[in-house]
Amino acid sequence: MSSVTSAPGRAEVEARTLRSDRWWVSPAVTFGVLFLFVVYATWRAFEDRHYFAEPYLSPFYSPCLATSCAPGSSDFGAAAGDWWRLSPALLILVFPLGFRLTCYYYRKAYYRAFWLSPPACAVAEPHRRYSGETRFPLVLQNAHRYFFYAALVFNVILTWDAILGFRNEDGEWGHMGLGTVVLLANAALLTVYTLSCHSCRHVVGGRLKHFSRHPVRYRLWTYVSRLNARHMLFAWLSLFSVAIADLYVRLLATDMFSDPRFF
Amino acid sequence: MTYSAHFRIWRGSAAGGSLQDFDVDVSEGEVVLDIVHRIQATQAPDLAVRWNCKAGKCGSCSAEVNGRPRLMCMTRMSVFTEDEAVTVTPLRAFPVLRDLVTDVSFNYTKAREVPSFAPPEGLAPGEFRMQQVDVDRSQEFRKCIECFLCQNVCHVIRDHEDNKPAFAGPRFFARLAELEMHPLDTVDRRKRSQEQHGIGMCNITKCCSEVCPEGIKITDNAIIPMKERVADRKYDPVRWLGARIGRRGDGGAEV
Ligand code: SF4
Ligand code: SF4
Ligand code: FES
Ligand code: FES
Repeated sequence: MSSVTSAPGRAEVEARTLRSDRWWVSPAVTFGVLFLFVVYATWRAFEDRHYFAEPYLSPFYSPCLATSCAPGSSDFGAAAGDWWRLSPALLILVFPLGFRLTCYYYRKAYYRAFWLSPPACAVAEPHRRYSGETRFPLVLQNAHRYFFYAALVFNVILTWDAILGFRNEDGEWGHMGLGTVVLLANAALLTVYTLSCHSCRHVVGGRLKHFSRHPVRYRLWTYVSRLNARHMLFAWLSLFSVAIADLYVRLLATDMFSDPRFF
Repeated sequence: MTYSAHFRIWRGSAAGGSLQDFDVDVSEGEVVLDIVHRIQATQAPDLAVRWNCKAGKCGSCSAEVNGRPRLMCMTRMSVFTEDEAVTVTPLRAFPVLRDLVTDVSFNYTKAREVPSFAPPEGLAPGEFRMQQVDVDRSQEFRKCIECFLCQNVCHVIRDHEDNKPAFAGPRFFARLAELEMHPLDTVDRRKRSQEQHGIGMCNITKCCSEVCPEGIKITDNAIIPMKERVADRKYDPVRWLGARIGRRGDGGAEV
């Protein structure tokens, strides 16, 4: 079978690609890491246990909005009430999940690594037909900006969670442990990831025609552009930090590790 | 230092062709185009190859070297090991004329479909006044040498010939962005970027940016900003509503 790169009139080359480098390494690594994260996150979201170790709350469960939340973990009230019977993580999961799923960087990553469209540059994809992001469901990627706005709110919440980490197990302020550092680092990385977002770059100033008429927004745009150039890096770092923060809380909650307290 | 390199060059026409083997001397500092010329001078005088400047500025010598779209004149032989076979084929997304020469007229058709620059009425050439910060973004895209490597690598048309009528390709998304961001241009190209030029088919996998010899950040600085502008115009109900109620009758464009 000739590859999809062939068409009448084109130079006849049978090979799917003539690339001689190891082009498959990068999509394979991306696939592996994202796959592991999805498995871990799914398991943790459904586990519905070990997500709170006073004063630390796992980012997968924050904000915890159901009456069934672990005592003391609902810092923003149990708004969802008691009709919600499933894991409270599932109530809020759609926001961070939707943000990453529609992120321009992750789109590139999973279109390449999971959908092989294309697996790498100048390597033929396996699909006979292709319509990109023009039809349902992929046309919904255009809603990314709404997830960006939601992510800003989540960043505030997770930062607040990290601040609450300056208490001890009895709720007294003025203490700090390794967990505080873990939650702070996670909140910071998530914030940088969010601020480096392409929609953010557009909203703060990218959509303007005349920067000269909007000096403040232009300044903001240059800052965000600088972060935006490293968006991929922040996407990965914040993915790891969320998983590590959750794992850390789980280790504490299951007594497999005890939080080193600094003061 | 001279060594003998093994080359495989695609020879043929639209009727058919194949890779042919050549052993050829390579000297220090040479580029792939030099070697192709040596083969032409010593072994295959009728080998067709298009080139012009030998300096990465005319965009004529685009081809695929070991499967990667590149300018032959800017691909140093030193990136290959001495025992590595070097395979050169014509661009694979366009019809082949002969050997390494392809017919890139698809791109000229697409260029004509982009509405040209339209300054405000009554403003004559010579009266244009612009601030540097306002033209910085457009100027990045002016670096384009029209080598069409980005068009060639883009899987939307490379792997799907049937998408060609509906898809302008990354080079022309950059052109649309250049005009859309131009401080003196008056045409709204947002809706047509999606509806006529097919920007929605791009799945931002960034191969165009990877191959651009001018280092233009096509995806980050042209395509994604254009997708966001299209979203302003077509997929953002809040902005749409704001434009209806507010003063902005233009679907949320900001000056
Ligand atoms: S980023 Fe879009 S335009 Fe560029 S090569 Fe990929 S699909 Fe084509
Ligand atoms: S944008 Fe870059 S790759 Fe595309 S035609 Fe211009 S110079 Fe070539
Ligand atoms: S583009 Fe990645 S978060 Fe918005
Ligand atoms: S010969 Fe002009 S770009 Fe290579």
